[in-house]
Amino acid sequence: MMLEVHGLRAFYGQNEALHGIDFALAEGGIVALLGANGAGKTTTLRALSGIVRAAGEIRFDGETITGRATEDIVRLGIAHVPEGRGTFVRMTVEENLQLGAMARRDRAQIARDAKEVYAHFPRLKERRRQQAGTLSGGEQQMLAVGRALMLRPRLMLLDEPSFGLAPLIVEELFEILSRLNLELGVGMLIVEQNAELALDLAEHAYLLETGRIVMSGPSSEIRRDEAVQRAYLGY
Amino acid sequence: MELLLQQILAGLANGAIYALMALAVVMIYQAIDHLNFAQGEMAMFATFIAWQLIQWGQPYWVAFAASVVVSFLGGIAIERILFKPIHNAPILAQLIAFIALFSILNSSAGEIWNFTIKTFPSPFGMEPLFGERLISTHEAGMIGVTLVILGLLYLFFRGSRLGLAMRAAAENPDSARLVGIRVGWMIALGWGMSAAIGAVAGMMIAPVVFLEPNMMLGVLLYGFAGAVLGGLTSPGGAVAGGFAVGVIENLAGTFIPYFGRELKLSIALAVIVAVLLVRPAGIFGRIVVSRV
Repeated sequence: MMLEVHGLRAFYGQNEALHGIDFALAEGGIVALLGANGAGKTTTLRALSGIVRAAGEIRFDGETITGRATEDIVRLGIAHVPEGRGTFVRMTVEENLQLGAMARRDRAQIARDAKEVYAHFPRLKERRRQQAGTLSGGEQQMLAVGRALMLRPRLMLLDEPSFGLAPLIVEELFEILSRLNLELGVGMLIVEQNAELALDLAEHAYLLETGRIVMSGPSSEIRRDEAVQRAYLGY
Repeated sequence: MELLLQQILAGLANGAIYALMALAVVMIYQAIDHLNFAQGEMAMFATFIAWQLIQWGQPYWVAFAASVVVSFLGGIAIERILFKPIHNAPILAQLIAFIALFSILNSSAGEIWNFTIKTFPSPFGMEPLFGERLISTHEAGMIGVTLVILGLLYLFFRGSRLGLAMRAAAENPDSARLVGIRVGWMIALGWGMSAAIGAVAGMMIAPVVFLEPNMMLGVLLYGFAGAVLGGLTSPGGAVAGGFAVGVIENLAGTFIPYFGRELKLSIALAVIVAVLLVRPAGIFGRIVVSRV
């Protein structure tokens, strides 16, 4: 397993927001975390990245990373695409991509990877000299994924990539994510309110409710579950 | 006409120092969103270090370089030791820390080097430039040094990876951490660079105002004014603001009868307030919109 999480708890100040959750992600796998607003999905990603205080065990490639600084976790190859996309709005598209590679030193390869990202996202190439804050929501989400790719990540943490985007753009984005997973073997942990989409992409899914995992299994099984259908899929 | 030209040039020369101080202020403001009230004392202390080295027989440029390097390291140390631990403290606690730093540096300098006024050499000499009386070589040198530093900063921030990382840390610290930037060290580096720029400003102004522990008080006030006028978020704006303050101050002192000499600082500040009423973020500043 690339990522193994045991008894993960997370805190905002004194408040415990995650009450001991377990999940795992295989090398190159895609896992979805589903749940309503406030269930703890975003908190889980933040705990993995060391943005919120966490207890329990997070193992990446067998190494325990709980409690490490965000900057060090990034350097292991975990790229977090945060809620709200985390765009550097006053910088150009090009600079945003360069920043994604800030944890790396291999300059020649970085330049090649930027070309690769532009190949995946031609629209970003057209706008490379433009201030990132002037991009549309969809373009900024593409930029956020592109910036994450510049790390050459082994695992991407994607927080609501579909949020606020038009359906056609969402479809395009998820196709790209699926292709990146196939071609580059990047593992993905994806948080979504749009359960339908997430279940299409992921092999495995976990359902969170108020800081606990209440259900887990292969996506196909979760999709057939009546309670999930009623609550999250709108059938 | 010649008087006007002469006053503008002299204003630009003073303005060069205000611009350097404004630049130093902006470097720290970008990193921590506060004005560093001890900026002037840091510059004064650095100038004393250079003076001491010259007294011990070192050549000017050796003393200059040593002072800049010591200031750079000292700035980093101040951030790491004093300001990093109180990073999340309420604003008043931070203000007290700035005042403490001000007071510590001021009295230590008085204790070590005493309060008598000392002369400080100029590397450019004090002769009239090109034999004209319009501007001295030292004044021209001050303007040149300021423009060179601004140019170097521009190259650093636009052209280097480290500069890009520092800008990213200032713009969006959370996102910067997520791409692996060590935000805390970027802030410390901002302090170091700010202290180094301040050291240059101190050594440039000392031949004019003479060296003593309180020499930077007025200069820092003008530096703040320049930074606010140009915009606290824009290094280029801060430099332009510093030059503008110098020129306004000088012209007001010369051409507005009666107030002139005595009230030139008030007039300069009144002009600045007037500008800020129209453009609250400064002439080149960016209005920060925050979501609530």
